[in-house]
Amino acid sequence: MSGQTARDRRSGNGNGRRRRLALVASKGTLDGAYPPLILAATAASLGWEVGIFFTFYGLDIIHRKKHKKLKVASLANPAMPVSVPNLVGALPGMTAAATAMMKGWMKRSNLPGIPQFLDMARESGVKLFACSTTMGVMGVRAKDLVEGADIAGATAFLDYAADADVSLFV
Amino acid sequence: MSEIDMLASPDTAKTGPSGAAVVALDCKGLLCPLPVYRASQAISRLEPGAVLRVECTDPGSLADFPAFARQRNLTLLSATERDGVQVFELRKVADA
Repeated sequence: MSGQTARDRRSGNGNGRRRRLALVASKGTLDGAYPPLILAATAASLGWEVGIFFTFYGLDIIHRKKHKKLKVASLANPAMPVSVPNLVGALPGMTAAATAMMKGWMKRSNLPGIPQFLDMARESGVKLFACSTTMGVMGVRAKDLVEGADIAGATAFLDYAADADVSLFV
Repeated sequence: MSEIDMLASPDTAKTGPSGAAVVALDCKGLLCPLPVYRASQAISRLEPGAVLRVECTDPGSLADFPAFARQRNLTLLSATERDGVQVFELRKVADA
């Protein structure tokens, strides 16, 4: 890569390489999908290498169909802006209502949706690791994943994360 | 503002007093990570020596842009705030 020397000075860790962020995304809700993607897009903007390990329900974030319809839990979610008793949160339509509310906030705040954030991440060179165990447990096939996802086990991710400067479990 | 607009490239270019190109980037109304994301894209397109002028309204930008400059090895020429709008001028000094 051209400019490697300048890049090393800029965001290296002193060992002559770029900084690296390794994230584990374990949640498959709409509110759970934003933080890892925001952190990934930001780190890539700083010139860092970024890899995200999508595991368990977090795999839905890179599921070809499911990533477009992630939802916010209305039941047992004490963080809702309007206090919703669990009995009410369990009613049909409440999950859709909570999801629509969050999508409304995002739109009003000019924040892109999850598909757009995924595009930003891929265009920025973010590595998307799809947890192979989760795929086996949940019956997810390679063709069910968004383009650019790499199937990997925990070993491959830990090998990547071993050289990370920042590692976070989200 | 549509999602296309949010990710659009800066379109205003002029020449600053020092003769270096100054590219303006309007990030008003955008929240983190979009100002830094768009600034990063704009910086990548600039020639060394050129200046990027970013206008933001996300209050987090006051902390974020000095950090962005450190991480990307840019010179933060100025950081000012007036009427709720923060303005940052960043010079590309290397292959950032």
